[in-house]
Amino acid sequence: MSDQLIIGGRAFASRLILGTGKFATNEAMAAAVASSETEMVTVAVRRVDLDAPADPITAHIDRTRCLILPNTSGASTADEAVRLARLARGAGLPPWIKVEVIPDPRYLMPDPIETLRACERLVADGFTVLPYIHADPVLAKRLEEVGVAAVMPLAAPIGSGRGLKMAAAIAIIIEQATVPVVVDAGLGVPSHAAAAMEMGADAVLVNTAIATAADSEAMARAFALGVRAGRTAFLAGRAPEFTEARASSPLTGFLAPAGN
Amino acid sequence: MTFSERFEPSQIRTALARANDAGETEIRNALASGITSLDAAAALLSPAAGAMIEELAALAHRTTIERFGKTMQMFAPLYLSNECVCTCTYCGFSIGLDIRRKTLRVDEVAREASTLASRGFRNILLVSAEHPKHVGPEYVARCIAETKHHVPYVGLEIAAAEVEDYRTYVDAGCDGVVLYQETYDPDVYAAHHLGGPKKRFAWRMDALERAARSGVRHLGIGALLGLGDWRFDALALLAHARWLERHCWRAQINVSFPRINQAEGGYLPAHPVGVPELVRILCLFRLALPTAGLALSTRESPALRDRLVPLGITHMSAGSSTEPGGYEHPGEAGEQFELEDRRPPHEVASGLRAMGYEPVFKDWEVMQSPVAARA
Repeated sequence: MSDQLIIGGRAFASRLILGTGKFATNEAMAAAVASSETEMVTVAVRRVDLDAPADPITAHIDRTRCLILPNTSGASTADEAVRLARLARGAGLPPWIKVEVIPDPRYLMPDPIETLRACERLVADGFTVLPYIHADPVLAKRLEEVGVAAVMPLAAPIGSGRGLKMAAAIAIIIEQATVPVVVDAGLGVPSHAAAAMEMGADAVLVNTAIATAADSEAMARAFALGVRAGRTAFLAGRAPEFTEARASSPLTGFLAPAGN
Repeated sequence: MTFSERFEPSQIRTALARANDAGETEIRNALASGITSLDAAAALLSPAAGAMIEELAALAHRTTIERFGKTMQMFAPLYLSNECVCTCTYCGFSIGLDIRRKTLRVDEVAREASTLASRGFRNILLVSAEHPKHVGPEYVARCIAETKHHVPYVGLEIAAAEVEDYRTYVDAGCDGVVLYQETYDPDVYAAHHLGGPKKRFAWRMDALERAARSGVRHLGIGALLGLGDWRFDALALLAHARWLERHCWRAQINVSFPRINQAEGGYLPAHPVGVPELVRILCLFRLALPTAGLALSTRESPALRDRLVPLGITHMSAGSSTEPGGYEHPGEAGEQFELEDRRPPHEVASGLRAMGYEPVFKDWEVMQSPVAARA
């Protein structure tokens, strides 16, 4: 029963993390968060009115059930990411930070060098750090050495909905990891999420595919099911794969077992 | 090499001429290609593409939702000055016009910014006419820094500047620069920009590259529709946007398609652009540049703005005033052009919500500490 996801010393019953961007209304976002049964949602610090007592985004999140994971979206250098993280913590958001350092506004690819630098400083500063990275196994190991709480490789470009385009590299990251691996970005449908979980990912993060679905509340529920199916399959241990067919009723089953 | 060095008006004309006879097949091929070539883009501007507008609009809508969701970035212009040394036929601030001239003091800029912030805005675009003496780099930097005390995002729509000046603006807290080429046809440009520094066609064209080199992260380009042939300007504008995407890869590109409105000088557009043409331009840009921001100002009527939103608009101004000091003390200085959408911002926002869109007032945080220039 207790198949919990542990990140940064905190246990999560759900392995689905939600992003909060692109929803048509904050109410729709809140409904999707509820139906996904997620326990962690990420929020762009730049979208939060840190001075406002009732910020319209964070006010819609039940913080007793969900951890708010602030992210540094908008930062294009390590300095900017560090600044955003500190601003968020200073404004009373949790000392957790999803590090996004993205200099390229078109494909939104993370900068590995600046990401590593930002993580070094934020870990030293006491944050629980979850970096968003390209599916780069060496970078993932380097980040572990720095002390991040998880790594978040991308499946495909953010918002593209193209699925596990980086599957081969993500498999290596999972195989080598000593911290949780959260597959982030590019998952378009629940079957993509299920596939990532079947591979052994510890969790997935989904935003666009839910936020821009015709019925985001229902899609959030569907992703929750996909994640659970994939996780259950991973724990069940998959049957091996063969090139040729193997009959489920063997042709020679009538022969006496060997050795008798 | 810069865009002005590469830009060949004849290439634009040739592509348009080749595409003139395009049929449905060419248009579908263009769509399938991702509209990466001038010829493909020209096909979407061809007469035959006009008959497919509903299909193109549906694609544009879907593309917008994929990238941006149902959100709308809200911003407000803050006019610093209407004092101008340029003679531009279409502009209400043109030097010869007898209007009340004013350049805001920095403390007046602060009050305007504070008023806009109290109305919910967190993204202010500082706008000014071109006057090297009254609106010099030092003054502009102080205005940026002052505005930055009130809102996290400050854009700039002022005269084209040198690299060093853009650097000063970035240090003061400038996040974006908007600079419209107005028209990409050099002859039409010369016919409408009769005097002052704005006459320098190529220097203006390369200004955004200078801004990007100085660290400006959001670049806004545009053409003032109505001055020249709309197909030519749309295609040249697209070529410029693509150039900036390639060469200024760290910058977010935003595009705008203002249509000429009645200004103080009484200019009437030589090539009026109708709503169907505006819609076609909008669809082309959304499909050819899926990640670009597309901005719509209060020049257009509320009814039309509502209808253009689903086609690809991502940025909207609201409750705007186009006169310096117009938020605190309206009616005391000349305005640049007549506004069509005079709804207050909360009304525009509730209209968007009723359409299923989330108006986003804050989408930026101060990324660098602390600003260099202080009032």
